[in-house]
Amino acid sequence: MMPGSSGGSWKSSGTGGAGGDGGVPDQFPAGLRVLVVDDDSTCLMILEKMLRHCKYEVTKCNRAEVALSFLRENKNGFDVVISDVHMPDMDGFKLLEHIGLEMDLPVIMMSADDSKSVVMKGVTHGACDYLIKPVRIEALRNIWQHVVRKRKHEWKDFDPSASADEQKQPEEPDYSSSANEGNNWKNTKRRKDEDDEADERDESSSLKKPRVVWSVELHQQFVAAVNQLGIDKAVPKKILELMNVPGLTRENVASHLQKYRLYLRRLSGSQHPGGMNAGFMGSDAGYGSISSLNGLDLQALAASGQLGQLPPQSLATLQAAALGRSNNAKSTISVPVIDQRNLFSFENPKSRYPEVQSQHLTSNNSSKQINLLPGIPTNMEPKQFVSLHQSGHHSFGGMNNLVLIQMGGQSQVHVHSQNQTQSQAQSNVNTHNVLRQPVMSNEMLTRGGVADMAPTAVYNPVVSVSQASSLVNFSMNHKTDSCGTSYPLGGSLGISSLPTASSALQGDGNLDTKVSRKGIVPSYDIFNDLNQNRDWGLPDVGLTFDQSPHTIQSGLDGSNPLLHQHNRASGRDLGGHNRNLTSGKVVLPPGVETRTRHNGSNVGQPRNVYVKTENDIDGSCHNTLYSEQYGQDDLLAAILKQQQQQQGVGEPENEFVFDGYTLDDLPV
Amino acid sequence: MAAVSQLQRQFIEYTTSLYNEGYLDDQFTQLQKLQDESNPEFVVEVVSLFFEDSEKLLNNLATALQQKIVDYKQVDSHVHQFKGSSSSIGAQRVTNVCVHFRNYCEEKNLDGCLRCLQQVKHEYILVRNKLEALFRLEQQILQAGGSIPMME
Repeated sequence: MMPGSSGGSWKSSGTGGAGGDGGVPDQFPAGLRVLVVDDDSTCLMILEKMLRHCKYEVTKCNRAEVALSFLRENKNGFDVVISDVHMPDMDGFKLLEHIGLEMDLPVIMMSADDSKSVVMKGVTHGACDYLIKPVRIEALRNIWQHVVRKRKHEWKDFDPSASADEQKQPEEPDYSSSANEGNNWKNTKRRKDEDDEADERDESSSLKKPRVVWSVELHQQFVAAVNQLGIDKAVPKKILELMNVPGLTRENVASHLQKYRLYLRRLSGSQHPGGMNAGFMGSDAGYGSISSLNGLDLQALAASGQLGQLPPQSLATLQAAALGRSNNAKSTISVPVIDQRNLFSFENPKSRYPEVQSQHLTSNNSSKQINLLPGIPTNMEPKQFVSLHQSGHHSFGGMNNLVLIQMGGQSQVHVHSQNQTQSQAQSNVNTHNVLRQPVMSNEMLTRGGVADMAPTAVYNPVVSVSQASSLVNFSMNHKTDSCGTSYPLGGSLGISSLPTASSALQGDGNLDTKVSRKGIVPSYDIFNDLNQNRDWGLPDVGLTFDQSPHTIQSGLDGSNPLLHQHNRASGRDLGGHNRNLTSGKVVLPPGVETRTRHNGSNVGQPRNVYVKTENDIDGSCHNTLYSEQYGQDDLLAAILKQQQQQQGVGEPENEFVFDGYTLDDLPV
Repeated sequence: MAAVSQLQRQFIEYTTSLYNEGYLDDQFTQLQKLQDESNPEFVVEVVSLFFEDSEKLLNNLATALQQKIVDYKQVDSHVHQFKGSSSSIGAQRVTNVCVHFRNYCEEKNLDGCLRCLQQVKHEYILVRNKLEALFRLEQQILQAGGSIPMME
């Protein structure tokens, strides 16, 4: 009784393919072409039998690879796929992704495992249903609904004008009424029959739009278009225009975009985007082949909207950088280094960071510090820094330095080191902005430290610091594990700043002077942020960056005030730490402290960084940037320069998080 | 005819007891319903397939658990499969043991796993014997010219 559907669409079954069933509707959903995949032959046999009982056309295979080749060879040969989850040769979810991307068929997952997590996985991977074994025939009887539903949506997109009358049928095909013109199914079928009777291709079918196979190249074009537009602004219409592929419809792009978004979201959520790569477009996919997770992360970030304004070029740069670097998840932050300068140019620091962060986050939560400054040992324990700092003048928490460095690392450097209050870099005191390694974990060393720096001076040195501070901020935020995101950015920032800071600091003296922070004002904003409970997510990170322009202005002289500031933020006794620096300014507003503490979550708050490095650094803010160790002087210098150019920035836009924060708050 | 009806009665009683004792569950009934004229041996075929697969699985399980370093993931994967196939044909007791077995795998409890392996083997052999007996009864009925009673 299997309708002798001519391999074409379902319709044939209805059209009396099976000898005289005039009442097409009655046959529905007979003839549904099902591909069932399961490595267990017992189950496979039973399923086949059941499906045949439902009058479906069944093809079975026990290997996922075989199933995929079936599907690829018969582009439109199947209506729905049922697949087991646990298969030896390929994970069922992976198969699901492939099918969704390449053929856009509804896929039903199946398993003896009924745990919520697995079912959820099915949902997130885009399965249209999930059946628990043992599967009963009743469950199989209704699978046609998934096909109709999908077609209906596609069709509607495809031909909105025609949807009016025909569309309304889909919900409950009125099989009984043969005169049911409105019956979508019937109509479609009829139309199809009329249009392409024996046409295996469904191209002309109004209901069944041609299945677009998203080849690797096509997908790459798609990704390029999306990146160009910016993930937030990537709408199917524009993507379609950019791609300029003949025959591609907006609907094709729309559905692919949806999957892509899901994919990216998964990436950003998973620790190992790498895995996803392979899954997305097959390991050979251009996209997937982005070896570095970074790339993916970036994408993911982009997708997640965090990047917001990520300028395409930054993303590209970062991606390139990421790609260039080793992919290991861990060092994603390396990329940021490259863009440090860019960041400092503040094109869109925010966006940059988010990327970095996400990368960072996604790649590995472990406290990887983004060792932006190659020379800087990223794993310096806070204590080490502390000691370093201590040795120096740690009048200030010396956090700043640490913070800077921290940026990269998620390391849990608790701000203790920060306590050093980098702010000291304020120059007043010995602002040694100890650019410690980003040891500062979430606490964004800088935060704590920076805050203390109250005096704007802190910023100055930071200019680089400011840059750094922004960096620092980042570092602060991250709580390596959770915030990951925030850190990366910060990290990078920090690092960049480090160089400058280091250079600046190196002199120990210079910093102080430079601190003229006009820009410092922004730094205060940081504190605002700190107070406000910002969410230390990526956005913040980005913010900090921007802020940096402000702060940095003075050019790295000061040890990153930011750093100091951060340290402060770290909640350590803000007041306590950098006390020296800011002449008591440590003011990191209490709020700040708390914030930093909370790195856990959004450590990314650059806020801390902002410790107004205004120049309190004048003191000798020796930011004891441990930058020396890092030898990133040039980087810092560059950053500083940028900063200075940016000086005009003035108020940190609130975009960054500093909205609430006004420099004024910071006791300079 | 008396023989047939007697056989049929026997069949019904036996089947009922299998259900009552949990050897079989509703899924088995589903399979029987799938059987029709176009495929009158369906149930026997499926069950035979199940026996073959199960024996392989049991061997694999024994091997996996005998390794110096047991790969619990692998063991779990076998058990998962066994669970799936046994539940598909309705071998309820086997499925139940598999559930416990998986828990031990998760805990990496070798002792528990070994015990479960014994248990699942035992249950498997039991249900295999019972089903074979049931099929023999069916054959006898058919040979006596009767028809197999539909179980509810």
